[in-house]
Amino acid sequence: MPLITCRDVSFAYEGNTVVEELNFSVDSGDYLCVVGENGSGKSTLIKGLLGLKSPSKGKISMDENLKSNEIGYLPQQTAAQKDFPASAYEIVISGRLSTRGIRPFYTKEDKQIVEKNIALLGIDNLRNRCYRELSGGQQQRVLLARALCATKKLLLLDEPTAGLDPMVTVELYNQIEHINKETGLTIIMVSHDIESSLKYSSHILQLKKQQLFFGTTDDYKQSDEVNRFWEVSR
Amino acid sequence: MSDFIAKFMEMFSYGFMAKAIIVGLLVSLCASLLGVSLVLKRYSMIGDGLSHVGFGAMAVATALNAAPMTVSLPVVILAAFLLLRISENSKIKGDAAIALISTASLAIGVISISLTTGMNTDVYNYMFGSILSMSDSDVVLSVILSIVVLILFIFFYNKIFAVTFDETFARATGTHTTIYNMMIAFLTAITIVLGMRMMGALLISSLIIFPALTSMRLCKTFKSVTISSAIISLLCFSVGITASYLYATPTGASVVVANILVFIFFWLIQFIKEKKAV
Repeated sequence: MPLITCRDVSFAYEGNTVVEELNFSVDSGDYLCVVGENGSGKSTLIKGLLGLKSPSKGKISMDENLKSNEIGYLPQQTAAQKDFPASAYEIVISGRLSTRGIRPFYTKEDKQIVEKNIALLGIDNLRNRCYRELSGGQQQRVLLARALCATKKLLLLDEPTAGLDPMVTVELYNQIEHINKETGLTIIMVSHDIESSLKYSSHILQLKKQQLFFGTTDDYKQSDEVNRFWEVSR
Repeated sequence: MSDFIAKFMEMFSYGFMAKAIIVGLLVSLCASLLGVSLVLKRYSMIGDGLSHVGFGAMAVATALNAAPMTVSLPVVILAAFLLLRISENSKIKGDAAIALISTASLAIGVISISLTTGMNTDVYNYMFGSILSMSDSDVVLSVILSIVVLILFIFFYNKIFAVTFDETFARATGTHTTIYNMMIAFLTAITIVLGMRMMGALLISSLIIFPALTSMRLCKTFKSVTISSAIISLLCFSVGITASYLYATPTGASVVVANILVFIFFWLIQFIKEKKAV
């Protein structure tokens, strides 16, 4: 049984269809990259998978063991966050909140999970630093640690390397790959960066108002779509 | 310093001053705590808009011979939910809607006052506040509601942080952000109504905005900003009301001036620190 199955799914904003006829499934442990040009419906799909937007047609079915509060999410940063006074630790531990329910305070177990993820991402030296004083790459790692605190099964990343310099981008990709391999966490990533998508992912989903390609990355490399996408992105 | 404390104690011997101080301190505390979240969420103007709605409601209540606080409380809470909905709806621009509601309430308030009692000191007191306006039942209501605000804030502190820092993430991972946004608006509405009569409709939002902005000059974590806001707010209120007692200045305005001075002080320290760092 796949973790997520999309059958004939369409999304629309006020009657205007953004993306339609999506048919794909994600298995546990997959590393899926969603690629496509701006406005091709990538971010809308992520919102749909997170349950922030319901499909206008079709059905997204989740594995019954995957509860909606067990999905980790790395959103694109908002302007308000850039000058937010909060320590890295405060942000990471806020990822545990969804599992708390109505209970207001964090437990020892929460703190242990936070420590584990801080160690995993190597941000121990940042824990008491102010978020707004961190570099772009450090901020992304803090947000990634928060996302990991929220999930054991599925991680959704919305253009995690946007605005980062090439060195930091490679580091972040390596870290995400490491997480995927080590913990078996399923990863779904929206990306502009076709080169890295081909390098790291196990599956590719290409969108352009509809589904152009879905399959393993190896198949994608052999397909015509990849060449066309290369042309466009150059 | 001991002089200041002696004067502060002396004020307590007057019944009306004791009432004003108790309510003032509690309201300052609530306002400063909520202010951190409101300022960071870019909702500062909602506080200002609500205080104008409160002015209108109070004026109408006086005209109808009803108890001002019991009338304005539900009206302002309703307005808070309305403003929140508007600012979440991207089709209508939030700031324009707030200006619209603010001025509309002011106009209705002024007309109802001039039709009944005429433009007199009442208007002045509503606008700029008066420490003489608190009745015993007002004090009891204020104390109870302030304690409710404080308890809810502490109980939901972690949720408020998450919703303030990143609403999308909170919602995506299953937190009911709408409920917490509504709770923040609800608590803000209560705080504004409680503080409005003493601070004045035009000045009450300063209690929300100043302590948070001042703390953000120097503090680097959400917790330290929250705690520092609370301390600054309590201190500024004490200094402000003592000054108004000693020099017969308007209370609300004196508290705001104390806040301005602390803000400038913090801003200077930040400025010097950054110069040194370069």
